[in-house]
Amino acid sequence: MAENKSNPNEVSDTGHEWDGIKELDNPCPRWWLNSLYLSGLIVVVYFVLYPSLPLVNDSTKGLLGWTQIKEYKEDLAKVEAKRAPFENQLAVMTVEEILADQKMLNYSIGSSKVLYGDNCAACHGMGGNPAAGSGYPILADDDWLYGGSIYDIEMSIANGRIGMMPAHSALLNTEEVDQLVQFVVDSSNGVSNEAGLALYNTKGCVACHGADAKGVQAMGSANLTDKIWRFSGDEEQIRHTILHGVNAVADAETRVAVMPQWSEKLAIMLEARAYAIEEGEDPNDIDWDDELEGDEAERLTETEIKKLAVYVHQFGGGQ
Amino acid sequence: MSEKKDNLVINVDEIYAETSNWHVNAGGIKVVAKRMAGRFRRLKWFGMSVWLILFLGPYFRWNDSQAILFDIPNQQFNFFDITVFPQDIWMLSLTLLFFAILLAAVTSVAGRVFCGYFCFQTVWTDVYTFIETKLEGDTPQKANKFKNAAWSINKVSRVLTKHSLWLIIAALTGVSFTAWFTDAYQLWHDYLTLQASLTAWLVLGTFTVGTYVFAGFMREQVCFWLCPYARLQGVMYDQDTVLPSYDAERGEPRGKIKKGHLDTQKGSCIDCKVCVAVCPTGIDIRQGQQEGCITCGMCIDACDSIMEKTNQPTGLIRYASYKELHHNKNAVSIFKRPRVIIYSLILMAALAGIGYGFSNLSPTEFKVVHERQPLFVRLSDGSIQNKYTLKLLNKTKQPLIIHYSIQGLDGASLHGLRGELTIEPGKVVPVTALVRVPADKLSKDLVPIVFIGTVTSMPHLSIKYNSMFMGPK
Repeated sequence: MAENKSNPNEVSDTGHEWDGIKELDNPCPRWWLNSLYLSGLIVVVYFVLYPSLPLVNDSTKGLLGWTQIKEYKEDLAKVEAKRAPFENQLAVMTVEEILADQKMLNYSIGSSKVLYGDNCAACHGMGGNPAAGSGYPILADDDWLYGGSIYDIEMSIANGRIGMMPAHSALLNTEEVDQLVQFVVDSSNGVSNEAGLALYNTKGCVACHGADAKGVQAMGSANLTDKIWRFSGDEEQIRHTILHGVNAVADAETRVAVMPQWSEKLAIMLEARAYAIEEGEDPNDIDWDDELEGDEAERLTETEIKKLAVYVHQFGGGQ
Repeated sequence: MSEKKDNLVINVDEIYAETSNWHVNAGGIKVVAKRMAGRFRRLKWFGMSVWLILFLGPYFRWNDSQAILFDIPNQQFNFFDITVFPQDIWMLSLTLLFFAILLAAVTSVAGRVFCGYFCFQTVWTDVYTFIETKLEGDTPQKANKFKNAAWSINKVSRVLTKHSLWLIIAALTGVSFTAWFTDAYQLWHDYLTLQASLTAWLVLGTFTVGTYVFAGFMREQVCFWLCPYARLQGVMYDQDTVLPSYDAERGEPRGKIKKGHLDTQKGSCIDCKVCVAVCPTGIDIRQGQQEGCITCGMCIDACDSIMEKTNQPTGLIRYASYKELHHNKNAVSIFKRPRVIIYSLILMAALAGIGYGFSNLSPTEFKVVHERQPLFVRLSDGSIQNKYTLKLLNKTKQPLIIHYSIQGLDGASLHGLRGELTIEPGKVVPVTALVRVPADKLSKDLVPIVFIGTVTSMPHLSIKYNSMFMGPK
């Protein structure tokens, strides 16, 4: 670096010159240099405070003891603290009380979206609308196999449901099956079919689907007179259901309709409560030590099921 | 070829010659500007005092709420009589447009007015240097003398006073800014009892350090090197823009007064350098228009006072356009300049939009959201059901009692709502509504339907929303 002061600015240059243009050796602005030193200092401070240097098995921990997962857990705790008043209140409310309280209702719906998406939507679809032809029940309509009251829905989630219809391939001849298919289609369209009805009564369909063919909710049998089909309204599909049944063990082509049990514990509790009310007793007097073994399976907690029951009820079909 | 090269060498020397007396202060020299009274000094005080409204606004109550409060958790912005909800935020963009264009318009007419009289960097720096010059001397000579003096109790106490005052102003600035977003008195209580949130402390800390460093130490360097407006505003000038300028034709050749008499052979400039001494950015206006000039007019005040003392007409340094100084032409009337006309039109359009917005601020906001999945559901009796979420925002100060109904779709019935709904001020209560239509009443897959929110307590606030009903194709 030559000390060349031949230029008028009296600034030393680097001695480099191209076509008469000299490279001057002006210093960087001081504020800029200070910023540079400051950023260097920040790096050092950062390295001391935060995990930074990778070692063989681990890394330096930093004085703050900060970790990503710790920050995540802290934030999660904050969210939970915000939700806690609602969750605590939900725990002591019945599903009917939740429905009546607009604030708790909105909270339940808001906080059930993820719960529903994680546990229910795989079969029943978002918004209670399963993919067309998937054969899962629509939750958004007003047709309920096991009842559409908020308690029925809660029970269906807690205890799960297993559909049941015998296979008739060995019990009916082709003509009888044709006649029954026609009867079912006519019933849905509100057309009377005397011959079909006679066959419906003699072949035992009436035992489950009821004298008026409207289904029996206690058994979960389908209503054959409405416009909603459990599986399909297509004649071939109706025939398939009659021939192979639902969950018929010996039939390989049978339809499968299984809703898993989400809380054995809650199912037992709900049943005990309903029984107590039926007997004119106060459900608060039930001795749960007697009723529960303590090892009942719980895939979802009681509060979660309440929230889901409310959520499903509010799809638009709840009764 | 060689001829060309020779030319080049000559050109380079010219460039050197031109830059030889060009000096840009990159922070190496501390600017100590002498303060002189005058028209532009008073104008500067007026411009600066506008900040007092913003500075003290959080401490005033207005209609039972804080005069300036950007209440983010409750989603409403109070500015004196105006309360704006996020839904009305489009007016904010028009307001921003207005001020952005105002900046451009003012710049094209009269230069960096914002920089010179109103910019917070200018204002805070001015307050800081006011304190500094009072304590350490108001000319570079006095300041230098003070700096080089041996440490004495007097010097230490002056330096301590200066920095304490600076820090107090910086901290108050931080508190005022924080108080725009939260209750001012509660904030003071939280700060004084050390209970303020981390955010509040961080904002206070950032503003305190920022103000202290920017206004106390960096000063004009911020305008030179950090500020984008300073660069932008320069390109908005044209030859008709009036700027504080030195009338070189009248002033040159400059020369000192000798023996108390003006030399008639010389120009008006007596080379007293007062214009340089008063400049807060440390430039010499006599070198012409330059990036450091924030057009604050301090040199005009200074020069005028000298002209008066030397019995010469004032205005050697004055607000003048390039055309006036270099072509002896009067500047074009501002209303004949296309850019002024265009800026004014945009300004008026923005103002009209803001005016329309405020005169039509609806006291409620009603939205009906159609369920997306499923779009519709077939019910057991064959009818079609659609699900909607009704959201009504209450922007009034009283609770509203709402009754919802539907209109415009034959055979449709409304379900799922429970009578009347009370909505508290500033709140939205989303409710689910189900609309059922018998299948034979539906002619198309998409039919219009109107939702009506009747405010039973104040029927004139009732509001409609046009939505659609969807069915199978």
